[in-house]
Amino acid sequence: MNARDVWITGVGLLTSLGEGGEAHVSALQANAGTLHIDEMTYAPYPIYPLGDVDFGKQIPKKSDQRQMELWQRVGVYASGLALADSGLAHDPVLLSKTNLIVAAGSGGRDTAVDSRILDTMSSTTETELLAKEILPTALRPTLFLAQLSNLLAGNISIVHNVTASSRTFMGEEMAGLAAIENAHRRITSGQGDIFLVGGALNANREDLLLGYELGKNLWAHPYKGVWSRKEKGGGFIPGSAGAFLVLEAREHAEARGRKPYARLCDVVTDCCRRKPGEATRALGSLFDTLDVPEGPLAVMSGASGVEPIASEELEFLQGLDERGYQVAIHAHGSQIGHTVEAHFPAGVGLAALALANGRFFAPSDENWVETEFEGDSLSRVLVTGAGHWRGEGLALLERVE
Amino acid sequence: MGLQYLDKKGRPLVAVTGMGVVTSLGRGKAVNWQGLTSGSSGIRHITRFPTDGLRTTIAGTVESAASQPYSAYELASEIAEDAIAEALVQAGLDTGEGFDGPLFIATPPSEFEWPLLSELYRNGSPVEGGTAYARMLAAARTGKFEGMARHLEFASIASRLQDRFGTKGEPISLCTACASGATAIQMGVEAIRRGETQMALCGATDATVHPEGLVRFSLLSALSTKNDTPEKASKPFSRNRDGFVIAEGAGAVVVESLASAEARGAAVLGIVLGCGEKADDYHRTRSKPDGSAIIGAIRGAMVDAGLETVDYVNAHGTSTPENDKMEYFSLRAVLGNTLDRTPVSSNKSMVGHTLIAAGAVEAVFSLLTLANGILPPTVNYDDPDPELPLDVVPNTSRAAEVNSVLSNSFGFGGQNACLVFSSLKEAVS
Repeated sequence: MNARDVWITGVGLLTSLGEGGEAHVSALQANAGTLHIDEMTYAPYPIYPLGDVDFGKQIPKKSDQRQMELWQRVGVYASGLALADSGLAHDPVLLSKTNLIVAAGSGGRDTAVDSRILDTMSSTTETELLAKEILPTALRPTLFLAQLSNLLAGNISIVHNVTASSRTFMGEEMAGLAAIENAHRRITSGQGDIFLVGGALNANREDLLLGYELGKNLWAHPYKGVWSRKEKGGGFIPGSAGAFLVLEAREHAEARGRKPYARLCDVVTDCCRRKPGEATRALGSLFDTLDVPEGPLAVMSGASGVEPIASEELEFLQGLDERGYQVAIHAHGSQIGHTVEAHFPAGVGLAALALANGRFFAPSDENWVETEFEGDSLSRVLVTGAGHWRGEGLALLERVE
Repeated sequence: MGLQYLDKKGRPLVAVTGMGVVTSLGRGKAVNWQGLTSGSSGIRHITRFPTDGLRTTIAGTVESAASQPYSAYELASEIAEDAIAEALVQAGLDTGEGFDGPLFIATPPSEFEWPLLSELYRNGSPVEGGTAYARMLAAARTGKFEGMARHLEFASIASRLQDRFGTKGEPISLCTACASGATAIQMGVEAIRRGETQMALCGATDATVHPEGLVRFSLLSALSTKNDTPEKASKPFSRNRDGFVIAEGAGAVVVESLASAEARGAAVLGIVLGCGEKADDYHRTRSKPDGSAIIGAIRGAMVDAGLETVDYVNAHGTSTPENDKMEYFSLRAVLGNTLDRTPVSSNKSMVGHTLIAAGAVEAVFSLLTLANGILPPTVNYDDPDPELPLDVVPNTSRAAEVNSVLSNSFGFGGQNACLVFSSLKEAVS
């Protein structure tokens, strides 16, 4: 069987830069000035919060909104944008054929309840007693559902009626890599025609910060772009975001008269053990499996700013110069923050927007890595996704004339 | 590829060549099969922690000397390793050279448990005007608690399994709630059908019997409160059923193209003949009143398998009023009158509901049913629900020739996945 082409026919983005394709293209083509960062609320940890969002535009029922934690509302909102963008929204026949793959972490704990319990107890042995006496009265039944990884997908099905299938992948950035890779493989092989794929993150959460700080993953200093954090040990700045894509078999899109943003040529992933130099080699080996013509190459980098992986990815990218590529890198993490599970879908979405516009983005800030893309025309973009502790992946997108 | 290795749709036939299982009945296929076919229950009073004041005080826990102190991450990882190791031995792939295929593993939430929060809190300095989390963040900044990160990383169980078993490529951690175990197997089957790999390691694990876990499901009114007689609490398809019993377990299978299995002389334990799924868009904990999503998943699996009837149904059968009713009506809708002659039993009557792991645990039990020609019973069936007229294989196991099994898994959040297993004879007929 011949592999089928995969088209990106819908992009839904909600980040600290705003919502929708145009807002992101103009922010990323402008330059650094548009950053929306909060350095105060959780000092010393900066975050990228969302601006005001009228969730009712994509989640009309208040009762649905109440059942969701912010992470889920963001994801349901962004997925609604993608469906509308692709002309799927409110089309029951197509939605019942649409497969869903969500890259998810989990929702937030009720930190006020947790704080009350921790402030009241004084020894470990009391923990369980308090958990039993306080939790049953303090926890809302719906909060548990708001925390569950698979309930972002559940809420997308409920609010937007996407029902052909529903799968949730976990595992930080790897979840986003796997989600897009799996959708691509199922489309090329004929196991599905149309997919809604993406993820979401709510950075505005103390429990999320605590989890990542335990692994020493966070940037705990005033803002710097992702390539400029090495001397202080690196770290990521979490960004609130929802990023969803509609991926579709070319024949299927053509039959319903849809034009694509871009073709998703291939997605390849690996998961090395991260010994020194190993991630650089893994990314190099993945690149070798892609068919990329030499010349100017635009790269949408998913670098998080965490070391040593940011430097290892950079070594891979800069090494491409010696192989005949003139690489122009743009790391979206400097502008929308690191969005973990949503980060690779966001990178693929942004690359698709750039290709549709025929113009790559300006360097993301004053740094020593990023340069203007100097090719005559933008015909393809390489998207990288190197997880902050595990998972490496590349996607190659191509302009469709 | 020779035609004998293809299914009716021209896709590679996918064999199961290894299986492993851990439940509250014990570790390994032998002890579990012995327990299941003799109608034993793994449900007991919880001794892991004091239960005073909890509405439900029973569970199907897995005891472990190794994972002490208890944490969901440690125990879920340990039993997943056990189940996978058992599967690899049976498949003849325990060579220590690494598994030549991908890993699809369904895992429970990675989250803070109270002992972790408490330790961080005690070790952090109070922050003026800050929350307890600000104090815990101060403790985390010292870098002394980096070892705790594994409890919070969603990739950590998969990563540990990848390290130990040397699976290829990116390991996939997945969750479709109580359908997860079936989804993991479905993903392996799909990868083989796509021709990406000759084999895949698929499994699921859950070990989340802790106070907050019980409180959450109690708040959803999902758990049985028949605390006095734990072994009688899970009563699928009975009139007086009052909820599921939370339980722990892990299941793993090696799926492999039939061509590869035969080429290396591996014993074929069964064929994964069909997979079906359908998401519900009705409610977060209830299925559509017309059952269309569950019906869609069952029908999808039957169509994918190219079958109109099966010899036996391994039910999701949670023992909640809602599930068992919807499952019955959906089976009736798809199987019609043939349901009257199709035995349908629920392993959960004995091992409880292993949540994320259930689909994989019950896949192993479905395959053992095929291989041994014995139907495990639905125990505690003393008060049949007249609304659900089923042959549930009441209370005692029964010998039967079984060449095809439908295994159902339905999840909170509306994810439904069904698998059809068959004998090799059925698959090539």
